[in-house]
Amino acid sequence: MRTVMRSVTLLTVLVTSAAGLVSLPARTFAQSQQVAVITSFPKELFDAYKAAFEKANPGWTMAVVPKPTSAAITHVRERAARPDVDVFWASAVDAFFFLKANNLIERYAPPAEFRRGIPEKVAGFPINDPDGFFHGFAVSGYGIMWNKTYLTRNRLPAPKEWDDLIKPVYFGHLVITAPSRSGTTHLTVETILQGYGWQKGWELLIQMGGSMGAITERSFGVPEAVIAGHYGIGVVIDFFGLSAIASGQPIDFVYPSLTSVVPANVAMIKGGPNPEGARRFINFLLSDEGQRLLFKPEIARLPVRTTLYAEAPKGIPNPFKMQAGVQFNADLSADRYNVTNRMYDQIITFRHTDLKKAWEAIYRAERAVETARAVGRDVTEAERLLIQARASARYVHVSEKMAAEVSGGMERDAAYRSAKEREWGEVARTSYARALQQANQVEELARRR
Amino acid sequence: MPARAAFRWRVAVDPGHAALMAILLAILGVFVVLPIGVVLKVALTGAEGGVTLSHLARFFHTPLYVESLVNSLVAGLWTVAIGTVLALPLAFIVARYDFPGRMLVVTLATLPLVIPPFVGAIALMQIFGRAGTVTLLFQDLLGLRLNIMEGLRGIILAQALHFFPFIFLTVTTALMNVDRSLEEMGQMMGARGWRLQRRVVFPLVLPSYAAGALLTFVKAVDDIGTPFILNFKNMLGPQAYLRITTVGRDDVDGYVICVVMVVISIICVLASNWIVSRREYATLQTGARSPEGGRTLTGWRLAGVLGLCAAIIGAGLIPHLGVVVLSFSKVWSLSYLPSAYTLGNYTEIFLRAPRFVVNTLVYSVGAALLSVVLAAAIAYLLQRGRVPGKGLLDWIAMMPIALPGVVVGVGFLRVFYGINLPWIDQPLAATWVIFVLAYMVRRLPYALRASHAALHQVHPSLEDAAGIAGAPRLRAFRRVVLPLILGGVIAGGVLVFVTAAVEFSATIILVSRIEQSPLSYGIYIYSQSALGRGSAAALGVVAIVIVALGTYLANRLSGRGRMAFTL
Repeated sequence: MRTVMRSVTLLTVLVTSAAGLVSLPARTFAQSQQVAVITSFPKELFDAYKAAFEKANPGWTMAVVPKPTSAAITHVRERAARPDVDVFWASAVDAFFFLKANNLIERYAPPAEFRRGIPEKVAGFPINDPDGFFHGFAVSGYGIMWNKTYLTRNRLPAPKEWDDLIKPVYFGHLVITAPSRSGTTHLTVETILQGYGWQKGWELLIQMGGSMGAITERSFGVPEAVIAGHYGIGVVIDFFGLSAIASGQPIDFVYPSLTSVVPANVAMIKGGPNPEGARRFINFLLSDEGQRLLFKPEIARLPVRTTLYAEAPKGIPNPFKMQAGVQFNADLSADRYNVTNRMYDQIITFRHTDLKKAWEAIYRAERAVETARAVGRDVTEAERLLIQARASARYVHVSEKMAAEVSGGMERDAAYRSAKEREWGEVARTSYARALQQANQVEELARRR
Repeated sequence: MPARAAFRWRVAVDPGHAALMAILLAILGVFVVLPIGVVLKVALTGAEGGVTLSHLARFFHTPLYVESLVNSLVAGLWTVAIGTVLALPLAFIVARYDFPGRMLVVTLATLPLVIPPFVGAIALMQIFGRAGTVTLLFQDLLGLRLNIMEGLRGIILAQALHFFPFIFLTVTTALMNVDRSLEEMGQMMGARGWRLQRRVVFPLVLPSYAAGALLTFVKAVDDIGTPFILNFKNMLGPQAYLRITTVGRDDVDGYVICVVMVVISIICVLASNWIVSRREYATLQTGARSPEGGRTLTGWRLAGVLGLCAAIIGAGLIPHLGVVVLSFSKVWSLSYLPSAYTLGNYTEIFLRAPRFVVNTLVYSVGAALLSVVLAAAIAYLLQRGRVPGKGLLDWIAMMPIALPGVVVGVGFLRVFYGINLPWIDQPLAATWVIFVLAYMVRRLPYALRASHAALHQVHPSLEDAAGIAGAPRLRAFRRVVLPLILGGVIAGGVLVFVTAAVEFSATIILVSRIEQSPLSYGIYIYSQSALGRGSAAALGVVAIVIVALGTYLANRLSGRGRMAFTL
């Protein structure tokens, strides 16, 4: 009984102190001096900016809504009638095109002092929206990062280009995020599609998908897996690689020749609860102080103000002196934004296991054919079948034209969308299954005496 | 007969009770029935209105969803199976043998419950993952490549290590409650050893085990934190979440997946209730026995038993160890142990952690208070109430047992996003109150069972005595009943607090601002760093400490020998 009484007293203390705290969150709602930012950036970035912004703007607080880009778009779209955030802050430029096209963001012209030293374009790509709806605050290229310890342990060469990643030696060592869940990966996928063309681009992506050890849920999953050494090589936006290097992790990073250099952006939400806060935040991002923060080792991003590169830390490249192999067509990317993502999910992300099995069998069959050839056996039949297997394992069911045709209907009609998605998924499943079967046949043929 | 029933009714209805019941039904209606009803409605409404099963049919024609369903069921089954293999020997040893350190074994065996499975998963990745300590040791010493944490296996391992104490506690309690005289009778009939166990003890313990196992299964299917941390998407919970957050709040498929999850849970809960209610084997429970007695062990037998206990408990404590080491690590890449240590993870979470802790305390304590008050009122009506239709109240209040967190989250989002709170002009779903309410709904059954059990021990005649002595009913309740049930009720409240503090499934659906985020979602956000999960582990340590304190408190309150967690 005594212990019960003691515990009751303790609980009462707990509860009353909690009741005191209950008034805390309630107060923050009544506060007018607050800017709410929805962002796809990792905590290293938003926490650093939160601290710096609140210091530079006394009396203001910054609330953060962390979401993957696609979920962030959904969030803003669903609350368009009564927005609860003021600023959209993310990498993916096509997300901003989408927001602009759907009338979800507002025009804003920062004062001239925040625009000086920022060029019109980077690698041929406009840094700001010409109509003033969104503004680039940092520049990013896309590339490949790898764990040096991992490559040494597994005796793998370092990759240089996107099409290096389909070499059989990398099978199971790669990692990527699904583009539907990560704006930056979406841009990488688009860069590959635009650089290699739709057909070849998808073939490359599908075969790469077969070599992926994992397809992660968030963009951070990739650098995290590579840094921890779960996988060796990751397809990433540059700052993941650069920040890991700057933080002393055993990492290296390369820009392939076919990369695009694209700005990461910020925009004001239309009808947001606190437009004054939104303007303050954007100004802060573009101020010298806000731009310099990007150089912090755990952030390691590239500012848009070219004059700052004189003080850049070691290992930070100057993108304004880089040659980008792909002139990124953002309109094209925005037009097929959802189709590309859904297609990638249906034929790669959700069919990843089948795809892996198919390519594993193909690489095994290839080795068997090589062995057979080495001992002088006739492998013409096996090779013919092997070509078929490879074609099945990277079969592109949807042409560029088809994708453009179904895009509108898929957005409008849920049942049609489901039907299309199911169709794509099923075609992928059957063709990968066929590839597996064919590859196994090849192996049998090659091993037959 | 009908006439007499009607007559009894009139007399049997107490207006005070009826009013209370109406209030309770209204509250439960808004917060339990409405959200789930809305989910059902969306899933079953056709494009032109009217009921349709076409969406549900589409679910079964979509290979991805079918695969997710199978994965969820398989993960649940294996979690129960591995949990059973770990738990049964331990339960048997503790219940049947007397040896030094017996109570210590019981205490240590409950520790895995204080680490949320998704926190444990972070640590297990570092130990058994592709670049984990154990994996590397196997590679370097034996040349073996194995990856224990691949895909579903990792989820199953994390969940089994978290849930096996749950099974252990239910079975231990049941074993201790087996009436020794029955065993003695069995022995007199000539049954010995294994045969005695199989023919007498097992049937007596089976209902409790089945109930524990089925509830573990429900919880395992419900858990979406672990799949997310381990980056495995083809399960029901993650699929529902992905549909709702990326496609949109109006995506039917998300709701259909929710309905399928509810159906699975309901089947399990009904099965569990049915098994428990089959009283063929049931004997009169004589209350928990203190664990005195049992065969004394000596020599090599003792050594064997202690070794087995140490092995099982050691496995259960691996996640804790991993989380602590990880929280101090700076660089841990392809090495057995971190190659650089730091206190930086703790300084980094310092900016956010106080807020996470405050939010967690506010939401969980709020939920605990609300659910305890509600539960006490419901329990009182159920046992003392003179009003018809009490069963309905019980039924609705216990419903959340079968509601996965995702479903509660989705339902709340759908219902309360359209409702504006007048004084702050915000939708209810955008305020912190929504978390308190959602957690309350999720944990109401726990609180109700605790109140039920506590009230059960107070005989109505005590109250009647106070009434005869002239006390009004309310005072009789306050002065006589309340002091007697307080301990048990508060234990229930603490249990609500402890489980709500690490609630993830509903949280991830409802949370938007990180400023509103409780610890569990904070851990999730902090685990998504390019630079490793050190700071997430540090937050995990904070969560473990909170849960451990709460659990300790709950056990102290509910009295020795009765485990709060066996609910």
